[in-house]
Amino acid sequence: MTKNPTQQKPGSTAQKGAAGAKTTGTPAVKAAPANIGFLGMLRWAWRQLTTMRVALILLLILALAAIPGSLLPQRIQDPIRVSTFIEENGAWGEFLDRVQLFDVYSSIWFSSVYILLMISLVGCVLPRTNQHWKAMRQDPPRAPRRLSRMPGYQTFRLAVDPDAGTDRPSATAAAGGSGAADSAAGGPGDSAAAGQSLLGRAQQRLKKQGYRTVRLDDHIAAERGYLRETGNLVFHASLLLLVVTMAVGSLFGYSGQRVLVEGDTFTNSLVSYDSFEPGTYFDASRLDDFRLRLNSFESTFDDQATGSQFGQPRSFEADITEFHEGRETRHLLEVNQPIRVGGTGVYLTGNGYAPVFTTRDSQGTVTFSGPVVFIPQPEASGYGSRGVVKVPDAEPDQLGFVGFLLPTAGLNDNGELISRFAELRNPYVVMNVYRGDLGLDDGIPQSVYELEADDMVQVTDASGSPVTLEMAPGETVELPDGLGSITLEGVDRFVALDIRHNPTQGLMLVLSIFLLIGLGLSLFVPRRRMWVRVTDREVEVAALARGEDPRSEHAAKDLALELQD
Amino acid sequence: MDVNIELATWSNLLIYSAMAVYAIAFIAYAFDLFGGRTLNSAAGGRKATAAVAASAGGGRVRRTARTSSSVAVLDPETATGPAADAGSGGGSGAAGDAAEAGSGGAVTSARTRSRRLARVGTALTALALLLHVAAIVTRTLSVMRVPWGNMMEYALTASALAGIVYLVVLKFRDVRYLGTFVAGAILITLGLCITVFYTPAAQLIPALQSYWIYIHVPIAILSTALLSISAALAVFQIVKAATEARATPRWLRFMERVPASGNIEQVSYRIAAVGFVTWTFTLIAGAVWAEVAWGRYWGWDTKEIWTFVVWVVYAAYLHARATRGWGPTKVAVLNLIGFASVVFNFSIVNVYFNGLHSYSGL
Ligand code: HEM
Repeated sequence: MTKNPTQQKPGSTAQKGAAGAKTTGTPAVKAAPANIGFLGMLRWAWRQLTTMRVALILLLILALAAIPGSLLPQRIQDPIRVSTFIEENGAWGEFLDRVQLFDVYSSIWFSSVYILLMISLVGCVLPRTNQHWKAMRQDPPRAPRRLSRMPGYQTFRLAVDPDAGTDRPSATAAAGGSGAADSAAGGPGDSAAAGQSLLGRAQQRLKKQGYRTVRLDDHIAAERGYLRETGNLVFHASLLLLVVTMAVGSLFGYSGQRVLVEGDTFTNSLVSYDSFEPGTYFDASRLDDFRLRLNSFESTFDDQATGSQFGQPRSFEADITEFHEGRETRHLLEVNQPIRVGGTGVYLTGNGYAPVFTTRDSQGTVTFSGPVVFIPQPEASGYGSRGVVKVPDAEPDQLGFVGFLLPTAGLNDNGELISRFAELRNPYVVMNVYRGDLGLDDGIPQSVYELEADDMVQVTDASGSPVTLEMAPGETVELPDGLGSITLEGVDRFVALDIRHNPTQGLMLVLSIFLLIGLGLSLFVPRRRMWVRVTDREVEVAALARGEDPRSEHAAKDLALELQD
Repeated sequence: MDVNIELATWSNLLIYSAMAVYAIAFIAYAFDLFGGRTLNSAAGGRKATAAVAASAGGGRVRRTARTSSSVAVLDPETATGPAADAGSGGGSGAAGDAAEAGSGGAVTSARTRSRRLARVGTALTALALLLHVAAIVTRTLSVMRVPWGNMMEYALTASALAGIVYLVVLKFRDVRYLGTFVAGAILITLGLCITVFYTPAAQLIPALQSYWIYIHVPIAILSTALLSISAALAVFQIVKAATEARATPRWLRFMERVPASGNIEQVSYRIAAVGFVTWTFTLIAGAVWAEVAWGRYWGWDTKEIWTFVVWVVYAAYLHARATRGWGPTKVAVLNLIGFASVVFNFSIVNVYFNGLHSYSGL
């Protein structure tokens, strides 16, 4: 058995009992012996690390260590939720942050577990590869002296005259041959010849069944299932390479996000991204050179289903034109149908509405005009979306609008305005207005989706209560205090795109396939040794499973039966 | 969003009918396993049958495969030493059949009766599975898409597959002692499907409209089914091992009729090994799909995290089996922890955690 390769010499396991038997012995992890010096300590640590017992414990720790990432918000998923979480939880939040619980998968502790595991894996795979390499080029091991100890053991009398069918012992004689009559024997020469011919036949059979065989003076030694160990090594090696490849991919790849409103064009260069996360060794000059134009976006939602399925999305389709190397290509970009340009993938990850506003000052001069992206709010029904209109050119003060779009406005049971459906069936925008300094000239980058209202005051009506604007498309609302007017011209669509490049993901797939094949072989190829020995008049057939092999005893029985024919 | 409401209604009715039949199967199996009168005869069964064997003078007296240890003792063919203990699958299955044919000794009457109940249980389980599958088929036809678009449909299909896995295993081994738990668990799952998981028939959301749903999800469902049966066996293995180690308490007497814990362990392991391979495939296929849908193959989304956790726990289970100092019971506990993670991944993660995989439909 290949179990515990660091603790068992190859071959020494041959005498071990039935498949699945466990050696219960001294525990593998012992305290380090005293007085072995620093090098000795290192060697001891290495030996411990590469035992299966330690690998097993590391695996269990890895599983445990992965869990907190599913319980707490993670920066790689949602950095904003992490900051809110820390704010809300005060000192406790900060403590969690200090122990990297919001970055579990890049934390020191998580990394050290899997790196230790990888080291352990190397220390385990290398010597086993070496052993296996040797074993594959050696003959199967000789039969042990007492074959009857093997779990699969059959014995029968040698039929000396191959034509004497009546002398053939019956199959039920397997256990000790009590039922078989002693065959009337010829001379010793005959029996030797018969023995040799039986061994010849046995070797042939075993070979045909895929065994590697060797003929020794009084027996055949055979072994099959080398692929089991090969598969196991392929599996472990693929796993190792997979982790390394994954790391390399994240060093050289990048991912970026961009929101596009219908009619907009995106050019693949750093300045065009709304956000961009390069790998450590990413090189911006290698960005694929292409442009994409969003011609239109369409979505459908379920208005026939009942219960929780009502209003669920059924299709998102973006009509996109790609400009690449002087060619124009039309694409239908959908959620599971990315556009691939060179090594870059473009993925549809979000969508929503972009109401088109025009603001005018009191003279009627246009101070702002265009679509504004409104983000669908997860807690709002029917694509209720929030957005901000900033008008730096407004006079006398700069203006900011915080608005909510209801694609299909209606009242709920409490008389509150909500959106009943995600399609634009009765669009309605509700807004509050702020005047003052938008803070855009400070040079500090601002989110386009938030209003920095510190230097602004909310606009109120004559009675002093905040003004709430309500508009349907085509409507214009006059603002109080000579601040001008705002018009809702219509509603466009926008899409959120992820644009990514990962140079190693093809290799990852190849390695995964190797891993899977290796795993299958390692679990399901039976590895087995067989021996057929002829002594005097007796034939012994024995099988020894190496690892999991439900059929080894049957195999011995079958071979014994065949050889008696 | 064409939904054939009539067929969807039929599907629901079929679920209810399947539940009714599973319930009866459950009862039949439970009587078979725990049944009062048969218990007593079974408790004394071993000695009695041994006596029969002796008097039969080497004749081939086969007892039921329930107590496979008694098979090993009585069947001269397998009584060749340690091999008999390891108990080859074919052997005990055949012995079970022989017992059903009614061969045998003095203590048969009560026993045969109890086996008849088990056969009734199996027949009813098969019938219930037919209804169950019909429910899935009508549900599929009502929407003309794969029947695993939300939690309810996933659970509906997974439980049917668990039932099928059980029947398939039954072809090779007499594991009817599991019947109570299989029928019971499917019954509970269907109950959840039609109540808390209930989702009206409808079309798929865009994120699920991909041919990967034909690859990733059914294999995930198959894994769940395999691992659930393996875990059920692991429970029996642990309890059986405990009763082997010390005197059996009264309320666990029925365990005497269950095969030796070593035998159960082997079946449990083999199913888990297949389940681990299919789970690995699920994970890889999921990563490929994630790349197509979201642009990255791995992003530590909650569902991905838990799939990883499950994978690592089962890898640990497989290793533990080959590691010194890990007895079979400890190893079986790892199997159970693994399955607990599978259940957690399906239920809690789907319902309470928000991630990209929010397809529960709830
Ligand atoms: C991320 C870490 C690892 C994973 C996920 C992993 C996974 C697996 C799997 C799935 C198997 C097949 C199970 C079987 O054949 O019974 C296996 C077998 C094996 N692994 Fe690992 N392994 C890991 C690390 C290691 C390490 C570090 C060692 C060495 C100390 C090791 C040694 C072995 C051995 C010897 C077998 C064969 C067991 C047998 O013959 O039954 N593994 N591993």
